[in-house]
Amino acid sequence: MKQKIRVLIAKPGLDGHDRGAKVIARALRDAGMEVIYTGLRQTPEMIATAALQEDVDAVGLSILSGAHMTLVPRVLELLKANGQGELCVFVGGIIPDEDARLLRDMGIKAVYGPGTPTSQVIADLQQILQPA
Amino acid sequence: MKDVASQIRQGNRLALSCLLTWIENENPEGRAALDELFALTGRAFIIGITGPSGSGKSTLVNRLAIQLTGSPQTPQSVAVLAIDPSSPFSGGAILGDRVRMRDLMEHPEIFVRSAATRGALGGLARAASEMVLALEAGGFDFVLVETVGAGQSEVDIACLAHTTLVVEAPGLGDDIQAAKAGILEIADILVVNKADKNGADTAARSLAAMLEIGADAAGLNREEQVTWKVPVLKTSALNDEGIDELVAAIRQHRTYLETSGEWQRRSQIRLDDLFERLLREKLFAEWKRNIQNRKYEQILGEIHTRKISPYQALKQFRA
Ligand SMILES: Nc1nc2c(ncn2[C@@H]2O[C@H](COP(=O)(O)OP(=O)(O)OP(=O)(O)O)[C@@H](O)[C@H]2O)c(=O)[nH]1
Ligand SMILES: [Mg+2]
Repeated sequence: MKQKIRVLIAKPGLDGHDRGAKVIARALRDAGMEVIYTGLRQTPEMIATAALQEDVDAVGLSILSGAHMTLVPRVLELLKANGQGELCVFVGGIIPDEDARLLRDMGIKAVYGPGTPTSQVIADLQQILQPA
Repeated sequence: MKDVASQIRQGNRLALSCLLTWIENENPEGRAALDELFALTGRAFIIGITGPSGSGKSTLVNRLAIQLTGSPQTPQSVAVLAIDPSSPFSGGAILGDRVRMRDLMEHPEIFVRSAATRGALGGLARAASEMVLALEAGGFDFVLVETVGAGQSEVDIACLAHTTLVVEAPGLGDDIQAAKAGILEIADILVVNKADKNGADTAARSLAAMLEIGADAAGLNREEQVTWKVPVLKTSALNDEGIDELVAAIRQHRTYLETSGEWQRRSQIRLDDLFERLLREKLFAEWKRNIQNRKYEQILGEIHTRKISPYQALKQFRA
């Protein structure tokens, strides 16, 4: 059986809009990936636990609440504590350029603004995760 | 990851998670680790949860898993394997059962893994049986397996689980009367979930009636019928109602299994099934490798053009 790319799509924080997360989940499925979708209002702890139990290759965080500068570092910290510091983590949402740069410095692989074509996310993931 | 088997024995969850991936991918390292761990399996109580899509299986598992962990002083551990279908077009999948299992996410005694069917049609993931072995080796006392939303033919779970719960619910559109014969036959316990909604009593009554007809018709099962009468229980997973009674029924069924010899029989069926599948795959692969160059494709072509029937084609091959 061919290896499948497994991606966790999670929505940390308190905003209740998961349309974007669902659109990306469906697009990744249609690109042949297995998407673990966990629903709204996930704490960083829940996200890190899910990433560990599901042994995903990538974690996508959808954040519209503006709390990305507190949520993202916390998720990264927990992943690292669990021995998954190397995971590919990407963020989607309304993120100012300056913050996007800081997030990348922390190790976030990509930051996607509203309107990013899903094909780009797919292409990036395939490129980052393709077996060496 | 190095030395996964010994890390799993020491309770490392990341190692377990990694092994589950290897098993799903039919990776030789996964098989080697299972070789080492196999002696540790066979102790967990495997409970299957099946039933139509949307009947509340995941929501019920969320309640059930916590209840099964028991008292915090002497907790039992619970693994959940939650299965959703792969898309037949892309091969991808959206695995969404975790959405309804929020309370399990941070419970130290509970481990949840989602799996896609990857082409299997019986309601389970292709490698479900082996994944359960890995979870058993992880030391869990209970392994709960949620199948894909099942209509009537997705009954593989009955050959994997010790106890199978069939979860129905009122108001799913299709009339409960529409005899879902296959799926009712595999029930050890019938659950009518969403008891908070109208129609639950009617649904429970008609299911109980159908069970009786089924039991009468299946003369073969007379003996089992005497010792185990499939209970019909009402739950509201949403409101956390009826879960104690459900757990009590599950424990009763386990006692029944153990005292009747069924426990052992079911535990063996599952291994027989797994071994037979592996053997069939291996023999087919070897046989195909050994037949003459392109003969297989050639004969398929003759079937396509209706030159020979599939039966005639069979005769051209020797074992
Ligand atoms: N009213 C009511 N709704 C419930 C109950 N249990 C679950 N639901 C709802 O029913 C819907 C489906 O629940 P799930 O637990 O996802 O059902 P499922 O059987 O796991 O669905 P699939 O995995 O897709 O087959 C959700 O909206 C739940 O909130 C219940 O006891 N009462
Ligand atoms: Mg479900």
